[in-house]
Amino acid sequence: MLKKRMIAVLILRDGQVVQSVKFKHTNVIHYDPVHAMEAFNKWAVDEIVLLNVSREEETAAPFADVMARISRHCFVPLSAGGWIKDEDYAQRLLRSGADKLVLNTAFADNPGLVQGLSRRFGRQCIVASMDVKREDGMSLIAVDRGRRVIRSRPVDWARQCVEAGAGEIFFNSIDHDGARRGYDLETLREVTGAVDVPVIAFGGVFTWDHLAEGYEAGAAAVAAANIFHYKEQATRAAKSYLAERGYLVRNEGRAFG
Amino acid sequence: MVAIIDYGLGNLFSLANALEAVGGKPVLTSDPDAVLKAERVILPGVGAIAEAVQTLGASGMDETVREVARRGTPLLGVCLGMQLLCSRSTEDGEHEALGIIPADVLRLSEAGGLKVPHIGWNAIEPTREHPLLGGLAPGSDVYFVHSYFVSCRNEADVLAYTEYGARFASMIARDNVMGAQFHPEKSQFVGLKMLENFLEI
Repeated sequence: MLKKRMIAVLILRDGQVVQSVKFKHTNVIHYDPVHAMEAFNKWAVDEIVLLNVSREEETAAPFADVMARISRHCFVPLSAGGWIKDEDYAQRLLRSGADKLVLNTAFADNPGLVQGLSRRFGRQCIVASMDVKREDGMSLIAVDRGRRVIRSRPVDWARQCVEAGAGEIFFNSIDHDGARRGYDLETLREVTGAVDVPVIAFGGVFTWDHLAEGYEAGAAAVAAANIFHYKEQATRAAKSYLAERGYLVRNEGRAFG
Repeated sequence: MVAIIDYGLGNLFSLANALEAVGGKPVLTSDPDAVLKAERVILPGVGAIAEAVQTLGASGMDETVREVARRGTPLLGVCLGMQLLCSRSTEDGEHEALGIIPADVLRLSEAGGLKVPHIGWNAIEPTREHPLLGGLAPGSDVYFVHSYFVSCRNEADVLAYTEYGARFASMIARDNVMGAQFHPEKSQFVGLKMLENFLEI
């Protein structure tokens, strides 16, 4: 049986792990992302997503270097995103140890790039990050780290992303990001019902029960960022909570015990 | 020395990195001579099988891999690399693979609402004891990412099964030739132990 995944997200601005609240990044959580990653790698996390949210494109090259440093210590799947604007840079991230590429704005501005990457590296390599934003009582899509709203319904957008070559959807909500009230379950449920590919839920987790709610809404994987940084062994505690409630989580094997 | 065959596909960095973490000395190479001289060979791969077959054929690496298998050198195919060891694949048409293990590569079924690709952690249930599985408990979870699976024509070639809708061969082994459909380099303790075992075969 396939296990329910739990994913830790590292949000990097200028090479430092930061806290994200409604897509604003203020508090620096870790000065060195390698430390954060090492902790997660030990603590039962099933996968790591590394996002470069810096506003400046010049951060792309140093981010790839950080990737290379991080991936050396990472023996779970690692996804990377931010500033992927051409195939060369995508290739560079893969060569630096990324297993999957997380693309967001490219789905709006350069679907040809996504299609090309999907053909070349396979759709399992392409994660479509979609940011949902509430406006005028509707759920819409925002790109460019929330700066540009596209008048497309999340369900249609998700289908479009899959059509363009995405193998997974990384679902986030700008309103829920850092708001500590759990995922945007209503929209999440619509999206998981609309596509055949796995959906990763993200944005708003403050209690372990929020993770369970993500699974109940049809997510194949639940992700969190801020919450995992503040407690020792947080990811392990979250896993135990989920296991106790009957969710099938990974048997770690413990070969080196 | 472990040769990791570099034919431009897949995250070789992770595989090399994981082998180093368990004391191996991996060398990424696209040189058939270097592959033939290696004590152990890993055939990795991610992506489309047609392109992989074509690339391997263009450099003569396909024949090199067959020769490695014939010579008795431990050979491990990982993910697409395991599928390449088979006879043929139905991915985007019909493609001949390397034909080392009599098996067909078929698409996973979406019946019952299953999502394809099969992405995530799933358990392996070994069919027998094998050096590759030393120190590992049945039911250990490993990390999968694939849309196609291997169907062995001889059940004896199956080393482990995994359940995803239907049961499929997640590991194969015949003499010196082995394959893992999942990614040991991304399967944390379980995968690292398996790679460590491979270095001792």
